[in-house]
Amino acid sequence: MEQSSATATEPTNLGGSSPDIRLSGVRKAYGEVVAVDGIDLEVQRGEFFTLLGPSGSGKTTTLRIIAGFELPDSGTVELGGRDVRDLPPYDREVNTVFQDYALFPHMSVATNVEYGMRVRGTAKEERAKRRDEALEMVRLSGYGDRKPSELSGGQRQRVALARSIVNRPRVLLLDEPLGALDLKLREQMQIELKQIQHEVGITFVYVTHDQEEALTMSDRVAVFNHGVIEQIGAPADVYETPANRFVAGFVGVSNLIERDGRQFTIRPEKVRLLEPGEGDDGMHIESGRIRDVAYAGMITRYLVVLDAGGELQVVRQNLETTSAEAVEQGGRQVAVGWRPEHTVAVKAATHTERG
Amino acid sequence: MGRRLADLFHGRPRLQAGALLAGPVGWLVVGYLGSLAVLLVTSFWTLGELSGEIEQTFTLDNFRDVVENDVYRSVTGRTVLIAGLVTVTDALLAFPLAFYMAKIAGPRTRGLLLVAVLMPLWSAYLVKIFAWRGILSQEGVLNWALEPLGIEGPGYGLVAVWLVMSYIWLPYMVIPIYAGLERIPNTLLSASEDMGAKPTYTFRRVILPLALPAVIAGSIFTFSLTLGDFIAPTLVGSGEQFIGTVVRDNFTVDLPFAAAFATVPIVIMIVYLLVARRMGAFEHL
Repeated sequence: MEQSSATATEPTNLGGSSPDIRLSGVRKAYGEVVAVDGIDLEVQRGEFFTLLGPSGSGKTTTLRIIAGFELPDSGTVELGGRDVRDLPPYDREVNTVFQDYALFPHMSVATNVEYGMRVRGTAKEERAKRRDEALEMVRLSGYGDRKPSELSGGQRQRVALARSIVNRPRVLLLDEPLGALDLKLREQMQIELKQIQHEVGITFVYVTHDQEEALTMSDRVAVFNHGVIEQIGAPADVYETPANRFVAGFVGVSNLIERDGRQFTIRPEKVRLLEPGEGDDGMHIESGRIRDVAYAGMITRYLVVLDAGGELQVVRQNLETTSAEAVEQGGRQVAVGWRPEHTVAVKAATHTERG
Repeated sequence: MGRRLADLFHGRPRLQAGALLAGPVGWLVVGYLGSLAVLLVTSFWTLGELSGEIEQTFTLDNFRDVVENDVYRSVTGRTVLIAGLVTVTDALLAFPLAFYMAKIAGPRTRGLLLVAVLMPLWSAYLVKIFAWRGILSQEGVLNWALEPLGIEGPGYGLVAVWLVMSYIWLPYMVIPIYAGLERIPNTLLSASEDMGAKPTYTFRRVILPLALPAVIAGSIFTFSLTLGDFIAPTLVGSGEQFIGTVVRDNFTVDLPFAAAFATVPIVIMIVYLLVARRMGAFEHL
């Protein structure tokens, strides 16, 4: 997988100032259900930080706790080094972009974008100037007089973004903001969001369940599972050296097999389908049978059942293969090989799976 | 048989619409618009001076009376005033209740409150008014409860009519406002708060503008129902005349005049609805 933004392995900490967000020991339960079970994390100034996890893993609750919509049962929340436990949302230097955009339907796009500035009593000229800048940044200049209902989903999403950014918050929280868009628009908006974040230099905390989105956009990713964080790291770390079985499975394809009592995972693009006699020294080679073939245009996915036990997904670029040739492979006996250094030993998840 | 009927309707949208609407629309035209037409026609007739019989000759005298006679003008004024007071009272009572039901209460409390609001509608209108007669009477519960404080209840009269009408039509205000508030996504309130707005600001700039059509929808009920009522003024009033009581009193004596006076609330309501439409009350119905 390509990584456009995996350069920063370590969080950049400018001049040793306190992080923009620091959560320690944050816990939140709704009755019997523990949504967030003791979370520690730090987000540095200007970082694009993603909370990644399946639904119900506690990532949105964490976001709402940072915004102030939920109060944690225990633990501390600091914004810019200041404990904000008792601050209501309207006194916190954070803004949220909601999943459903939450644009005010009775106001024009311009009035929506100016809302936060009106609340703060910003002077009219300043307001107009910043509004126009924000709309230009999201490429919606000239849309100011429209009502939200007259815009497409992607445009609404951009208005919501402009409405938040225009307030120059310390931190921008984004709750699955691309969830309602179709795939093409999503991919386009991913790039745009990243660019905008770069331009304004605001810290982004981004919630998503889409691992590809998380890997593409983030400086660092926190992988959530059942209310705990399984791993925090740069996209490359999380993908290439998953901390445990859950992370390996959720970020990418798990491809978990066991040999000699050792459990390990190997990414599908690191496994090669071999012709007889192929394969070089140092490569671990096993035999198996292709059970399924899924042709996906750019690549083909093969599911190989190994004779020694377990199954592996293998991805191959369709460099010269046609779809017919790919599908013909189904049922064939093959050899697969991988380099031992590409395997990652995994342990069970922090949260033991319920049976 | 069922299948043949289905085949008959298949691919014939006009026939489908016709079959669905024939009954209700027929009823509306004959039963409702028909009787209104008869009312309107009657209002242009007159009563023979000597015979006391209805004479079917066209005259505007009835309407001239309604508009020019001071007594009838003050009756109209009083009725509109009470209808307005009842509407404002109900809106003020209903809004916080509906807001609590729609945005704060859990599903259980919400259900209980909904039942509590709707339950009075299950009992007959007359029963409720007689209950209020009891409450407000000289030896009634209200005076008994107020006695230790050294004050007395309003007794029968205009205040009683206002109280009783406000009570009786309250559910018709709560339900539309509740539905209107329920339709406002919670994230809009969160977004406002998130951008620094305190609750009062959010209320003025977000909640109220979005709920106003619902309030107007509710006010159409409370206003029109009060405007035409004649039972509450009769039972808990102290002889004050309202449009409803005048129409009832003249119904047997001077039908053409009663018909003319009965068009007054209709005209008022048409004006009211036109104003309401301008304010966007019907955009979200």
